[in-house]
Amino acid sequence: MAAPKKMLQIKQDTTQARLSSMTLPDGATWAQDARKAALARVEIMGLPHGRDEYWKFTKPDTLVQAAAPKAATFDGGEAPLWDHIDRLKIVFVDGVFDADASDDLSLEGVTIERLSDVMQKDIHWAKEQYGVLEQRGQEVVERPLAALNTAFATDGIVVHATGKVSKPINIMYLHKSDSSDVMLHHCIKLDEGADLTLLETGPAAARLNKSMEVEIADHAGFHHVRVQGRDHERRAVTGIFTRLGTESTFKSFTLTMNGVLTRNECVIELTGDDAKATVAGACVGDGADFHHDDTVFITHDAVNCESRQVFKKVLRNGATGVFQGKILVKADAQKTDGYQISQSLLLDGDSQFLAKPELEIYADDVICSHGSTTGAIDEEALFYLRSRGVPEAEATDLLVLAFLAEALEEIEDEALAEAMLDRLEGWLARRAS
Amino acid sequence: MLEIKNLHVKLEEEDKQILKGVNLTVEPGKVHAIMGPNGSGKSTLSYVLSGKEGYEVTEGSASLGGEELLDMEAEERAAAGLFLAFQYPVEIPGVGNMTFLRTAVNAQRKARGEDEMSAGEFLKVIRAKAKTLKIDADMLKRPVNVGFSGGEKKRNEILQMAMLEPKMCILDETDSGLDVDAMKLVSEGVNALRDEGRGFLVITHYQRLLDHIKPDVVHIMADGRIIKTGGPELALEVENNGYADILAEVA
Repeated sequence: MAAPKKMLQIKQDTTQARLSSMTLPDGATWAQDARKAALARVEIMGLPHGRDEYWKFTKPDTLVQAAAPKAATFDGGEAPLWDHIDRLKIVFVDGVFDADASDDLSLEGVTIERLSDVMQKDIHWAKEQYGVLEQRGQEVVERPLAALNTAFATDGIVVHATGKVSKPINIMYLHKSDSSDVMLHHCIKLDEGADLTLLETGPAAARLNKSMEVEIADHAGFHHVRVQGRDHERRAVTGIFTRLGTESTFKSFTLTMNGVLTRNECVIELTGDDAKATVAGACVGDGADFHHDDTVFITHDAVNCESRQVFKKVLRNGATGVFQGKILVKADAQKTDGYQISQSLLLDGDSQFLAKPELEIYADDVICSHGSTTGAIDEEALFYLRSRGVPEAEATDLLVLAFLAEALEEIEDEALAEAMLDRLEGWLARRAS
Repeated sequence: MLEIKNLHVKLEEEDKQILKGVNLTVEPGKVHAIMGPNGSGKSTLSYVLSGKEGYEVTEGSASLGGEELLDMEAEERAAAGLFLAFQYPVEIPGVGNMTFLRTAVNAQRKARGEDEMSAGEFLKVIRAKAKTLKIDADMLKRPVNVGFSGGEKKRNEILQMAMLEPKMCILDETDSGLDVDAMKLVSEGVNALRDEGRGFLVITHYQRLLDHIKPDVVHIMADGRIIKTGGPELALEVENNGYADILAEVA
């Protein structure tokens, strides 16, 4: 965290307005300490303001203000994604764990607990992790909404993977109240050699602030795939804070369809040699009230690590996409291989894509590349398809899917990816002119 | 089959006339060749007929089997039976060759009110046709034309033609970038499609392609017009003497 500096008056005011109506939840001493420390961080940083460096492209107002704007619930009439895949389901309804709707939480190779229970326990491993990775993330760039989450979140899951977990865990978020204002916090720990796939589906709430701290020990592998529902009016700010040990793997993919405001942050620290991190995403947005922001910070702090960022956005009818991605390579992180690509496909002149790629490199033996493109549908390709008899609308959809498919290729499990492609096809088909 | 009357075309973006009154009729079952120096308007003719944007027809008409082509969208022209084998086939990353072809075949069938081809039937047909063009399973799976060699791209064009079974095929400099063996293979593919109901318009700079795909009629195009029409011997004359004599003769 940066040294305290004079905060804008308006930041002070909005921060106080938000905090004044909130009280820290009860809990064990360690939990209370973690919450108080997080609250202190919020008070020092102040909640985000449009003049903050990383909030210039995304207005934080509705995420910050005390009262959450309402968001109509939405029923797309589709079966849950990945219903055909054997997985352990954990259901949250407007941010509250629903034991009846969830599967039994016992699963080989992993212990799953509810955050609200864990925070009452005098002795728990989560003491070493809750708020710790979030706080480390603050050191590179301030993320006050994540600190706010650490201070006030009451529900979430606490997962400890000790071995290869036999099937994916699927957190399913249901949004049933148009005024739900929710903070969720997940703590995930993978022991040496453990392997876990976490799936997340659904919109969660009218306004969501979600944090996930993931500690990945040596030789462990964490796979994360999420789809953020199809609700049109919901708002969400999410943060993933992860630290990787030697020869460990982190892979995260997010598909976003709709939503007036989404800010997905991912803060990755490669601290063990030969570790690999991939964070990727695809988003499709339609309409001037769609705003989607991917903000990533990857720190290379060990030798011979690899990181990949692959983001693709398809925007139409005045939709806005934002990408802010940074790779920081510390002086001792030799042999770093860092790759970053962010691309947008604008289907009309009203949509926009704002990108801020950054590299900061202190080691001298590294390979780092980044690229960012904004473009329209390739007219040559479109004509080629049409000249073979494919109608313009169908040809356009084919090219849009092809564009997004390059991001979906980052998902290892083809069955997961295919189901997502089907949903994307559906999204496009519903908009067929 | 294909009937072009007094076709005048200019570029939309600049006020430049490219075609200045093209008259041409291709009968079913016939192969017509168009030869001509660079910049004579050969490729423009193929693009205008297939519906590429960026051109403005200022006068004249073009019809296929009695249907007015120039009023149709590119995809409607394809469904009506027109096919253009591109001089430079376009690479489309992310779209599998097989998916592309199946989408195209079924889109055309749908447009004509016919039943779509089942996945199984399609696979059977495409495998057989690919084999004769020496296109392997890998090429069918790869994204359209991505990483294909020049020869592979042209063979892929002919495969598309074979799958779509058009009434009228336009081949735009299909011989460019091909070595002798590849040209033979591509020509065999084209010749296999020759039948009484199908017309061909073969655009080329060189006589050598016409050794393999024997034309019934040869046209010489220059400065946006067809300036001379004759039999196969006209192509040989060009090969031996270049265009200078013919151009001088007409002037």
